[in-house]
Amino acid sequence: MGFFLETLFGGLMSGMLYALIGLGFVLIFKASGVFNFAQGAMVLVAALSMARFSEWIPRWLGFDNPVLANVLAFIVSAALMVALARAVERLVLRHLVNQEATTLLMATLGISYFLDGAGQIAFGSSVYSINVGMPKDPALVLDKLFEGGLLLNLEDLTAAVIAALLVAALALFFQYTGTGRALRAVADDHQAAQSVGIPLNRIWVVVWSVAGLVALVAGVIWGSKFGVQFTLSTAALRALPVVILGGLTSIPGAILGGLIIGVGEKLSEVYLGPLVGGGIEIWFAYVLALGFLLFRPQGLFGEKIIDRV
Amino acid sequence: MLYRENGQFKTSYLADQQIFPILQDRVVMALLLAVAFIAVPLLASDYFLRAILIPFLILSLAAVGLNVLVGYCGQISLGTGAFMAVGAYAAWNFGVRIPAMPLLLQIVLGGLCATAVGVVFGIPSLRIRGLYLAVATLAAQFFVDWAFLRIPYFTNYSPSGSVSVPPLEVFGVPLQSSAQRYLFVLAVVAVFTLAAKNLVRGAMGRQWMAIRDMDVAASVIGIRPMYAKLTAFAVSSFIVGVAGVLWGFIHLGAWEPLAFDLARSFQLLFMVIIGGLGSILGSFFGAAFIVLLPVLLSNIPRMFGLPLAVDTASHIEHMVFGALIVFFLIAEPHGLARLWSIAKEKLRIWPFPH
Repeated sequence: MGFFLETLFGGLMSGMLYALIGLGFVLIFKASGVFNFAQGAMVLVAALSMARFSEWIPRWLGFDNPVLANVLAFIVSAALMVALARAVERLVLRHLVNQEATTLLMATLGISYFLDGAGQIAFGSSVYSINVGMPKDPALVLDKLFEGGLLLNLEDLTAAVIAALLVAALALFFQYTGTGRALRAVADDHQAAQSVGIPLNRIWVVVWSVAGLVALVAGVIWGSKFGVQFTLSTAALRALPVVILGGLTSIPGAILGGLIIGVGEKLSEVYLGPLVGGGIEIWFAYVLALGFLLFRPQGLFGEKIIDRV
Repeated sequence: MLYRENGQFKTSYLADQQIFPILQDRVVMALLLAVAFIAVPLLASDYFLRAILIPFLILSLAAVGLNVLVGYCGQISLGTGAFMAVGAYAAWNFGVRIPAMPLLLQIVLGGLCATAVGVVFGIPSLRIRGLYLAVATLAAQFFVDWAFLRIPYFTNYSPSGSVSVPPLEVFGVPLQSSAQRYLFVLAVVAVFTLAAKNLVRGAMGRQWMAIRDMDVAASVIGIRPMYAKLTAFAVSSFIVGVAGVLWGFIHLGAWEPLAFDLARSFQLLFMVIIGGLGSILGSFFGAAFIVLLPVLLSNIPRMFGLPLAVDTASHIEHMVFGALIVFFLIAEPHGLARLWSIAKEKLRIWPFPH
């Protein structure tokens, strides 16, 4: 029982991280209809810049304060992601308005190749570490209730809390600010939004910036856990089943999908994996999502797809 | 002036429906085939055949297969690498377990195994569509990658997980030199390209295109979506599987599952989109572009005498590759095939465009 619950919690926490990356996909897809394959590369670039600037800034300015260094590095990285969003809008999206979804998908793949290369040229390609002072020790809880108690990883827990806070903040932003309202309008109908005077281009910059910031947070958490290296870029592939499971257009879907996939992955790896030779978590998530899709083709919370002739 | 169809009258439906209705096209095609079959093996260097032409031809074939699915039937697939892998491993297994089996039969059987897997993973397309389907096909990719890595039966219990092909021969002629291998690949590619071209011109291809353009409308006029979609998956994965056998047997010789990973799927999708969706010719343009670009990119700094570290060079290559892809999508979203047809249209009225 204790072991099962531990696995379950581990799944929920990694699910929160998947949800965070999935959120980046959903934000951009909702507002611009672009399935952003570059989200993984954005996570990589953000994490690389965070890792390197927190190392470089103290050296340039000649101080020795890790907290200040992290804060400055975070600000610089955030600025970098916003600049990236502007560049993507100006150089790519603006020229591809009204193209088919596949063309846009390919364009984001091109962007992701570019970012992979550019990020590693600018920041180097070895393994770096991010140290933002996340607690590393495991903690025992509920040892009154069970024999042996539950062993929880505090780092995971912190990460999950940060992710949850970020999601809540985004939900509030979408619900209660003027920009958030404009974003939702664009997501509903581009033309109608434009006809009431919402500037599409500005909205796209905002959305890509927000997705960039989400990528930065995800990158910092993943990076401080596993180190920053090229494989971060493939973390996005792990998050894809999350978004199709939850529905490409739904923020709650991304969160719930993330949790389902996280738990499913961990439980399957622990209980099913040994039977078939292990390493199944990479495809199990996809098959799980596929199974759901057969019954609800638009995902759990996606908008119903209506066909008109 | 040269490219003009004045005076070429069609007197029968058959004449009107040929693949190349214009005499000049037929002449150019015949010349091209003659050069490819006779001049190239005689003149091209070993390196050029082995490192550029053979991969180009095999990837073109795979792109033709993918184009049937994506360009003609409108079902996006990110699992092409998986179907190539199924073809290659299946053919290899047939060869290992029945040593007397001839190469051509191995190729066909490999293709058929890929067809079976393709149809199974095509079934979700009946319910799911668009980008959801694209992600769902990733399931095929990851599952197949995993299967060949973790199920030792498929690699005949080889400890390292990599497999290698015994010496090849066709009808008693050994395939050893690059020129022989090139000719064999060229022949296979030519046959399958012709078959694919005829399929997409025929009733089946029209059904696929109707489904692509609007599946509800197509089913209203009596096209069975299930039949059309699954045949597209079957034909596509057969061709892709055959390309996979060629890639493993002739280009690589020995390989491990990494040879057919997700990057390969993306690469093929790039070829199809840059070459032109719904165009057999475009698949060849796209393959040429994607195969040649890295070769050029890695040679340009050397030509200017710039000493670059290997990893920096590969990062720059990545950057330029990504930027060029975005540039091409912006400049011509319909692909190189569209540029080609515009050029032909211009040529028809040249030099008096009015």
